[in-house]
Amino acid sequence: MAEKFDVIVVGAGPSGNAAALRLAESGLSVLQIERGESPGSKNVQGAILYSDALEKLIPDFRDDAPLERHIIEQRMWVLDDDSFVGTHYRSDSFNKEPYNRYTMIRSQFDKWFSERVQKAGALLICETTVSHLLLDGQRVIGVMTDRQGGEIYADAVILADGVNSLLAKKAGFHPELKPKNVALAVKEIHFMPQEVIEQRFGVKGDEGVVIEMVGKITKGMMGTGFLYTNRESVTIGVGCMLSDFKNQKVTPYELLEQMKQHPSIQPMLAGGEMKEYTAHLIPEGGFNAMPDLYGDGWMIVGDAGMFVNAVHREGSNLAMTTGMHAADTLIELKAEGKEFSKANLKRYKARLDESFVMKDMKKYKNMPEVFHTNPQFFNDYPDLISQAARTMLTVDGVDKKTKEREIRKSFRQRRSLFGLMGDAFKLWRALE
Amino acid sequence: MSIKVEEKLFQNRYKVDSGRPHISIIDEDKCRNQCEAQACTVCCPAACWTMEGNGQVTVISDGCLECGTCRIICDEHQNVAWEYPRGGYGILFKFG
Ligand SMILES: Cc1cc2nc3c(=O)[nH]c(=O)nc-3n(C[C@H](O)[C@H](O)[C@H](O)COP(=O)(O)OP(=O)(O)OC[C@H]3O[C@@H](n4cnc5c(N)ncnc54)[C@H](O)[C@@H]3O)c2cc1C
Ligand code: SF4
Ligand code: SF4
Repeated sequence: MAEKFDVIVVGAGPSGNAAALRLAESGLSVLQIERGESPGSKNVQGAILYSDALEKLIPDFRDDAPLERHIIEQRMWVLDDDSFVGTHYRSDSFNKEPYNRYTMIRSQFDKWFSERVQKAGALLICETTVSHLLLDGQRVIGVMTDRQGGEIYADAVILADGVNSLLAKKAGFHPELKPKNVALAVKEIHFMPQEVIEQRFGVKGDEGVVIEMVGKITKGMMGTGFLYTNRESVTIGVGCMLSDFKNQKVTPYELLEQMKQHPSIQPMLAGGEMKEYTAHLIPEGGFNAMPDLYGDGWMIVGDAGMFVNAVHREGSNLAMTTGMHAADTLIELKAEGKEFSKANLKRYKARLDESFVMKDMKKYKNMPEVFHTNPQFFNDYPDLISQAARTMLTVDGVDKKTKEREIRKSFRQRRSLFGLMGDAFKLWRALE
Repeated sequence: MSIKVEEKLFQNRYKVDSGRPHISIIDEDKCRNQCEAQACTVCCPAACWTMEGNGQVTVISDGCLECGTCRIICDEHQNVAWEYPRGGYGILFKFG
């Protein structure tokens, strides 16, 4: 007789760890299966950690979590080929504990999180890939792994297997991802001495800076770039929708390389030593692209369920929160002596609807479509904004009123007046 | 701009499962004769996909970052057989 658990959690990223932690703490028998050599060895993030979601799971996480810097300054840059226009928001209130956002390094963070999960009593097996789900009719009854005698059974399986979500797809729970619903991000980590980072970014101690970028760096594709400061390294990356990548001829690494050569970005990386190059998909299809989230004996959490807020660059916090709610649903049903049927697991969705997770997913549901159908946000506007700034800031004997007229004209030449008004309206509607 | 992605990949850690590629082409003829864009040869972040001189497309997944791009981007032809490597094999991110 093969082994049987209350719950099997596939994946040891933030969503799987959150679920397994919660279940183990409540005394359910939990098996967590991870294909990586250790938790985190397959995972990629920017990475910004939002304290709130983790605090709900591990209130004392700051005591020993591997955190890099707390963020005191956020920059937003719009770049054209040789300049940027931007806003910087820096506040000393971000220096008050408890800090709200940190940079972190995923392979270290996932390992730490997983140690907490194991301490709580969950059984983790690494270096094991789940090849497919075991079904009895429509009901999930366990998983098949690539180990010898690889069948393992459980009353419920939580699918925390990340963006590709192969297991639910193989079981026929949802179709293949569409190129317009996922972004491909490529990223590098550059090491440099702590003092250099402090000088370059004007920070001290554990303070950190994040820079989010849009504009010519994505060559008209729908996407963004980012640069985050860690303690002794800087991560830089760029991501664009696969549907856009598909229709042009620039490779992802060329895009990253060109971005690194931008005159505003290059000095921030100078002298650094590149120690890793990574790539990962981000599910950015939003609410309208979400798959079914539960059925008889199964639930989907985190990236596998499209839980990413692309506008605010949130993912790991949604992963943790959905993992927590999935676990809490099972804990509640178990206490009531109820089975993990589709009808009962509806409570998982109800919990999400009540939380910030679904409220935010719904709020931004039109955003992906607006950007897909209006490429001017990624090509015309960055150019126009930068030209406008250049015109106003160049002292050349032309009066400011004439300059303003020139700017208005250049906007109207690229986008008709109706186009401009329409764009403003579309953005407002999508963000409203 | 010509960039050697090999130099980037050289920084990464891998445990290659020799002789057991986890990605393969289902029907080579489709790549050669039916697929115009051959987007996999441009979009793969690890340059695992190449177009040979005779129009044939080949994939060598040793440097694969396991992102899934090649599978999703081949949506018209659905010509990519894609699995994760066996447990413990493949890319091993040091930092992620
Ligand atoms: C470049 C980049 C930058 C990002 N920046 C941010 C950011 O700054 N802030 C933020 O909050 N979010 C960010 N995100 C999003 C965030 O990384 C994800 O939302 C989050 O990692 C999702 O967690 P998850 O647990 O659902 O999936 P994952 O972290 O992908 O974990 C899935 C796990 O399942 C394992 N697995 C998969 N299939 C199997 C199988 N068949 N058998 C066994 N194990 C399996 C994998 O090895 C992996 O460990 C970023 C993402 C990227 C790519
Ligand atoms: S996109 Fe698909 S069909 Fe086209 S060359 Fe690549 S694998 Fe072949
Ligand atoms: S999964 Fe990603 S890295 Fe691997 S071959 Fe496909 S596109 Fe390239």
